[in-house]
Amino acid sequence: MTKTLMYGNTAIGEAAIRAGCQCYFGYPITPQNELTEYMATHLSRRKGCAFVQAESEIAAINMVYGASLAGVRVMTSSSSPGISLKQEGISYLAACELPAVIVNMSRGGPGLGSISAAQSDYFQSTRGGGHGDYRTIVLAPSSVQELADLTHRAFDLADKYMIPVILLGDGMLGQMMEPIEFKHEAPRKLPIRERAVRGAKGRPSRIIKTFTSKPTEMEEINWSLFRRYQLIKKNETTFETYMVEDAELIIVAFGASARIAKGAIRNARAEGLKVGMLMPVTLWPFPYEKIKELGRDTKQFLVFEMNMGQMLEDVQLALEGKREISFYGRPGGVIPTPSEVLRVISRLYHQKGLKKAK
Amino acid sequence: MLIKTIFAGFGGQGVLSMGLNLAQAAMTEGKEVTYLPSYGAEVRGGTANCTVTISDEEIASPVASSPEFVVALNQPSLVRFQNQIQSGGIFFINSSITEARTTRGDIELIEVPASEMAEKMGNPKGVNTVMLGAFIKKSNLVSLDSLLKGLEDSFKKKPKLIDINKKALKMGFDLF
Repeated sequence: MTKTLMYGNTAIGEAAIRAGCQCYFGYPITPQNELTEYMATHLSRRKGCAFVQAESEIAAINMVYGASLAGVRVMTSSSSPGISLKQEGISYLAACELPAVIVNMSRGGPGLGSISAAQSDYFQSTRGGGHGDYRTIVLAPSSVQELADLTHRAFDLADKYMIPVILLGDGMLGQMMEPIEFKHEAPRKLPIRERAVRGAKGRPSRIIKTFTSKPTEMEEINWSLFRRYQLIKKNETTFETYMVEDAELIIVAFGASARIAKGAIRNARAEGLKVGMLMPVTLWPFPYEKIKELGRDTKQFLVFEMNMGQMLEDVQLALEGKREISFYGRPGGVIPTPSEVLRVISRLYHQKGLKKAK
Repeated sequence: MLIKTIFAGFGGQGVLSMGLNLAQAAMTEGKEVTYLPSYGAEVRGGTANCTVTISDEEIASPVASSPEFVVALNQPSLVRFQNQIQSGGIFFINSSITEARTTRGDIELIEVPASEMAEKMGNPKGVNTVMLGAFIKKSNLVSLDSLLKGLEDSFKKKPKLIDINKKALKMGFDLF
């Protein structure tokens, strides 16, 4: 297949349509508007599909709830402040075991923040920004190609585990263009999902709700969710490694900062500095085991994020205080350069007296 | 090879499509490429810019803090970007409507009277295309052929404009 040059945001839209997404509900916010625009142009024209520009983010997430109840593949997207508004709805989706894909092309925060790329929504995404004991799968792409691939995977995971899935990108990935190819030719025709609420003719009615007055019943629901979360942890934890085999120093980075770190590592290697990288693809479930395993051979770790140190806490949990972890971060929407990261690597390398390649 | 170029000018001068055409051509040549338009509190008539990165290997960041090349189609862009260019880099300016400043001795200045040339050939909107022709001749980033093919694609819906833009591109290319 030939490659096409596409914006990250529009690549998500096309990938979603090719994954069988039938409904999209959204409310405009920079830096993800190209996605809403793409769905307005392309999804609304398709038979049996719906695009609605809702009156607010809260309305949009509740439309997602409705469409998911009806058993179709559904998506919404926003950027940081808008995602905060959707948290109540996400909690309800999790409670009712309803699949949905929620795209966050995050920007600088807190508050209304800045419209440039940041990774400061890591806590919100991985800890659950809404109330209650729930989890969402969180996928972190680092290129336009991965935005498309992981959008497709997000829909599959959502249906497989009946869970909301968050695609955590950022303003830089969304607004940049890169050559990509779509791995799925045409939209697939999907069967109507089980448990869908589409009229109870000829069968007992189904009630899907988030409230019960019996604590024991609610406890049973939590246990059932928890068992599924354990399964997701076991089956779906995904990561990529880059030149870790002989690494004296391993950088842990995700999304946009992972690609920036990769550039820095290439240059560091050229100078004989043995640096590698671990990039989590699923932020939840987080690859604790892999990091722990890497910690057996490598003594120094550097966590690099476009925030003040959020994933850092997960790396600390993984390494159990047995290895030294440094941190470098730029918050607020500042996009660090590979040469800036290289300077941090060089300094650490010298400071810690790490061995150079012969 | 890792080369970053910033294209800048007034909104409406076609700086974003210049970058896009270059990115498309680089892609058809099998190179790694990223294209990043500027967005922000820009206003109509204000400046627009985009960054194109072309490389042989995976591109770490689409952002350019010190680009190898800058193409400035107007005076505000000239002022804004002249200090960002990497030492030894090339500064392409639209000399028809800018006052060349030689405050930096460590960069090469290429003056292209793009507005005059476009005007003279009866295609005043072709400023960006004339400039792009001159740019690829000097920068050697992509071949003229891939760019000509790319123009055919980008004007697929307006076939009348293909020839006049090809002419503008070649005119810029033949300037040097």
